[in-house]
Amino acid sequence: MPTDFSYPDAAAKAANASLPKEYDAEKMSLSMGPSHPSTHGVLRIQFELDGEVVTKADPVVGYLHRGDEKIAENMTYNQFVPYTDRLDYLAPLANNMAYAIAVERLAKLEVPARCQAIRVITAEMARVSAHLMGLGAYGIDVGAWTVFMYCFEEREKLYKLFEELTGARFTTSYSRIGGLQRDVPEGWVQKVDAFCDQFLPILEEILGLLSRNKIFLDRTVDVGVISHADAIGYGLSGPNLRGSGVANDLRKDRPYSGYEQYEFDVPVGSKGDCYDRYLCRGEEMKQSVRILKQAVAKFPGGDWYAKDARKIFAPPKDKILTSMEELINNFMIVTEGPQMPAGEVYFEAENPKGVLGFYIVSKGGGVPWRLKIRSPSFCNLSILPKLCVGNMVSDVVSILGSLDFVMGECDR
Amino acid sequence: MTTDVEITTAVSQQFPSAKPRASLDCPAFDVPAGDVIAVLELLRDKQAYDFLMDVTAIDWSAEKSPRFTVVWHLYSSTKHTYVRLAADCTSDSEPAMPTASGLWSGADWHERETYDMLGIKFTGHPDLRRILMWDAYPYFPLRKDFPLAGLPTELSDADITEEIKTGVISAPMVGGPFVATPGEPMSEAEPRAKDEAWSEQRPKG
Repeated sequence: MPTDFSYPDAAAKAANASLPKEYDAEKMSLSMGPSHPSTHGVLRIQFELDGEVVTKADPVVGYLHRGDEKIAENMTYNQFVPYTDRLDYLAPLANNMAYAIAVERLAKLEVPARCQAIRVITAEMARVSAHLMGLGAYGIDVGAWTVFMYCFEEREKLYKLFEELTGARFTTSYSRIGGLQRDVPEGWVQKVDAFCDQFLPILEEILGLLSRNKIFLDRTVDVGVISHADAIGYGLSGPNLRGSGVANDLRKDRPYSGYEQYEFDVPVGSKGDCYDRYLCRGEEMKQSVRILKQAVAKFPGGDWYAKDARKIFAPPKDKILTSMEELINNFMIVTEGPQMPAGEVYFEAENPKGVLGFYIVSKGGGVPWRLKIRSPSFCNLSILPKLCVGNMVSDVVSILGSLDFVMGECDR
Repeated sequence: MTTDVEITTAVSQQFPSAKPRASLDCPAFDVPAGDVIAVLELLRDKQAYDFLMDVTAIDWSAEKSPRFTVVWHLYSSTKHTYVRLAADCTSDSEPAMPTASGLWSGADWHERETYDMLGIKFTGHPDLRRILMWDAYPYFPLRKDFPLAGLPTELSDADITEEIKTGVISAPMVGGPFVATPGEPMSEAEPRAKDEAWSEQRPKG
């Protein structure tokens, strides 16, 4: 018996019916965050919703604003090192290095090969630990708790190594202008190598939990697609940019700290959806391990700080205690700061979250006149008003996780 | 690959008003405020500087004129080089600059931040609100005449003010942190604990 009724027809009729205005669905305003587990810190997004579909999204950032740039203008270059830990606090070692190189570019200072290699090793370890954190948290966002536990176990091993090297697990403050806080302890490099060997199979296992997981695929594939043009226009960087198929990696394109010596590939996505960004991060960890293995294999000897930078890098403690000249030198560096020439530099490093840039305007002396921090998370979040619209609120959670931002860096 | 010299000639041929700017790394230009958008467009479309990495500004202190300089950093994903543009704001009291948000969507947030921190109005910006500080915040914190300790202000929410009976107070600076002030003589730049918590009741000095 034929019937004139079917559900799709009813929906279409309802949609096309010219109902009076009072029947229009009312838009709802929803504030997500600043203390919402899926906003990864203190991001707040002010939504306008039609049912469960986002019609407008306005990210409200700044809850973690500490005025780092103002602080930088008021202290010497060395004093600012601990503040760089607190930018992207999931990869402080990478921030330390980016800041140190920026100031060294200003001073036209070259650090020895051993110092460069240590910096590369610490930065790549920081990248692995930051991506593990991002991956674990992303797992939780889309409903996979196990991944988080696996990732944290591996991350803990890295933090043990960080602790052995720098004395701190979290806020490492390891780089100095013209060198490092200290040389690597004996046997530490071999421990990094051992970590790499045991890490790769575990990483495969972790990625195996997600890569072909039906639930994970449903939550990420074709969700939050960032086009090639948008990724460039919004100035995205890091895995978020490469996920959209733009093969930009400063380690390859403008090698710093000796990255040109290492062989590695730059993974790029094809579609630019959440799943591509996840895949890029997974592959980047493997490439980081590749770099680590090479760096450990040809770990150079020699000095671990720039010996010729007498007005910049403080002399070793034993010399300070025994030589008058070194004591005066140390006193001058501590009180007046490392002496920099006047001028402007802009340096960017490929950090785990994207491109971290420092623009330094110096009038000479030990204090920057202006220090601007170009933070990758800030730029990566600026695409949210465009990216969220048309998605369901639950997909926004998936999108936020895939962007993998850190509010400490976004708000500075 | 374009060399620094080629990009310099390309820009100065098209815009005689653009002067090379002293720089320790990449090519840099001083451009009059009126030509900035045209130069940015030229660099993006003709010279393949496809990424706008950063927009910021410098306050050269209240005594200097021109006081504010806005700085753009562009990056080319094909040439792997940077270029820096700088433009002085013509007015020191009401600094303004045309917006680049028509060229790059990403300029939107960078310009909001520059407005928030230094008070530079980007003319033509679609939505020039504060971004890091709250909307009703009365000061521009990265200006050189703003003290490190901050200035007392009202809180953004009247309900909370009523509850805690106080606003935002200056950070106590006595006893640290040890801060340094740029400038000569060098003995003044030495880091020391300072009390910068001046206010209308307790004037500076």
